[in-house]
Amino acid sequence: MKSTMLLRLGAVLAGAALLGACQVETKSVAQSGYRGTGMDQIHLVSDKKKIGEVPAPPYDPPKPGGRPAKEAYQNVQVLGDISEDEFSYTMAAITQWIAPEQGCNYCHNPANMASDEIYTKKVARRMLQMTRNINTGWTQHVKQTGVTCYTCHRGQAVPSENWTLPAKGNEDTILGNLHGQNKPVIATAYSSLPNTAFAKYLLDGNSSPIRVQSTYSHPSQYAATKNKTTTMETEGTYSLMMHTSTALGVNCTFCHNAGSFQPWNMSTPKRVGAWYGYRMVRNINGEYITPLASVFPKHRLGPQGDPLKVNCTTCHRGVNKPLGGVSMVKDYPALRPTGPMVTAAAAPAPAAAPTKMP
Amino acid sequence: MATYQNIFTQVQLSHAPEMGIGMKPGSDPRGTAVGFNHLFGRFGQAQLGPIYLGWTGLLAILCGFTAFEIIGLNMMASVNWDPIQFVRMLPWLSLEPPGPEYGFSPIVPLAKGGWWILAGMFLTLSVLLWAIRTYRRAKALGMGTHVFWAFMSAIWLFLVLGFIRPAFMGSWSEAVPFGIFPHLDWTAAFSIRYGNLFYNPFHALSIAFLYGSTLLFAMHGATILAVGRYGGEREIEQITDRGTASERAALFWRWTMGFNATMESIHRWAWWFAVLTTLTGGIGILLTGTVVDNWYLWAQQHHYAPAYPDTGVVDPALGSK
Repeated sequence: MKSTMLLRLGAVLAGAALLGACQVETKSVAQSGYRGTGMDQIHLVSDKKKIGEVPAPPYDPPKPGGRPAKEAYQNVQVLGDISEDEFSYTMAAITQWIAPEQGCNYCHNPANMASDEIYTKKVARRMLQMTRNINTGWTQHVKQTGVTCYTCHRGQAVPSENWTLPAKGNEDTILGNLHGQNKPVIATAYSSLPNTAFAKYLLDGNSSPIRVQSTYSHPSQYAATKNKTTTMETEGTYSLMMHTSTALGVNCTFCHNAGSFQPWNMSTPKRVGAWYGYRMVRNINGEYITPLASVFPKHRLGPQGDPLKVNCTTCHRGVNKPLGGVSMVKDYPALRPTGPMVTAAAAPAPAAAPTKMP
Repeated sequence: MATYQNIFTQVQLSHAPEMGIGMKPGSDPRGTAVGFNHLFGRFGQAQLGPIYLGWTGLLAILCGFTAFEIIGLNMMASVNWDPIQFVRMLPWLSLEPPGPEYGFSPIVPLAKGGWWILAGMFLTLSVLLWAIRTYRRAKALGMGTHVFWAFMSAIWLFLVLGFIRPAFMGSWSEAVPFGIFPHLDWTAAFSIRYGNLFYNPFHALSIAFLYGSTLLFAMHGATILAVGRYGGEREIEQITDRGTASERAALFWRWTMGFNATMESIHRWAWWFAVLTTLTGGIGILLTGTVVDNWYLWAQQHHYAPAYPDTGVVDPALGSK
């Protein structure tokens, strides 16, 4: 009898252990592709809490009109055309987003607000130009939601999600040489894939192409059209995709039909957004952040002397729409100038609107 | 209460050691040390030895040990000889093949993949010597060489992955790294680069044979265990002296699926399934990148895979170039 009891207890415990990996919470399920392709996104409903709070404006936005900021203050190089009131309002918001503890003096010399002597002011000016460029030139990625300083900064002077070029080791020795991979870091989703993918693909406009697959079934006979990408190099692209997937809290099928990653006409419209996203990040890093290397003090630079740069996580923080898709920029028109701006990539509007899946 | 009797060998007989048949004239001497171990007897035969090592066995172990040391010491050096980091990071650590810049050159600096070539060379020598050993021992016992050929099939896949295909592609960088996670990441990257190995028909065959092997093994093992109470595990006697165990086993399968393997043919089935797993797998790997560059497109071209409805998404790079 006793052994029967033990067996029964064992069976119950084994059954419970088998169910241990199950999450009993409520889930949201969204199909994102043709039936049978496994293209769907399953999320815990409770995950919505991770999106983060969207801070309210510092006070009610001022009414348009009034003296331009450039006439009221000196050395206003970017926001000169907005009104004095809107200028103060924007500055108040920026302080709250970036240096809530330190206040105005984080960038300004209180004795002479116009002075550029503190490095952070020069950085902030470039970042304002960048934000305005993103909101006007990269609408294929940020759409009408736009971005503000808060999208990256989240109340911190240095956005917590950043990357720098990895320290250069001695490549002629095996001692302490992990070959830029084989290390569990979040940038590669804790795989053994190369962790130098950011430097390879997201550094600037000259970064390596991300695509690896051939558009033909048999190897090309001609050297000019031959796809020479090796399996080893493919690991870099794989690593970048793992980063993007982690950053957005989605799986491969958010953008791709996993049956074949390459064909665009099998992919979801989200992939187009990601394509512009990679180019936007390259533009941010190459045009706006890397040139600031000489402005930043040493302790703000990476081991190779380059400033802290952005990747997908810097804005996305584990959700496919940063801050749950709330458009903060609509309350801060100074960050999204209307009128002509330099557009970074003029490309056709691609994707058809997503239709209901069969 | 039902009991299951066949997890361990129930009865162990003590007897004088079986020393085996005599060696052919001119053979290296066989060891004479013999022992008995009760625990071993629970799982298999209690008798240990006599062992025949010979020059192939000795060299195979030496070469295998050398490869193992090269890989392990390279991994340990990569974490600055720190034993704690070595244990913590072991699943991630790796010995990488030479990069694309070295092509298929045999002369590569040790730190840049030379060690990988050396480790691969010693490992290859080791498994080939061990294969020769299985051939020679089978011959010495007057057996068929089935084990040798089955082992060669596995070695074929191993060599295709690490040597033959990289040779055809002209690049060591196409080869597999030595490492636990690294070789798995390589596998995924390989499939990504060549348009999804899922659409490679030889990959499909290999998987069918692999899963088929496990199914056959489960069916065979289950059948023999199920007639254990009638002495069904004594197969050799059952073939010639058909008793209740073999009869019941055959009848069971005829009743359940109308057809039964024989005591001999079930092993032929299992052997071919196992051998074909790596044989077809090796063919599939060898064709990848050499003959077919994108398996999905190949499968579309040959009506081997379904096409899905067009999503209407257009490559944004087409407009900007």
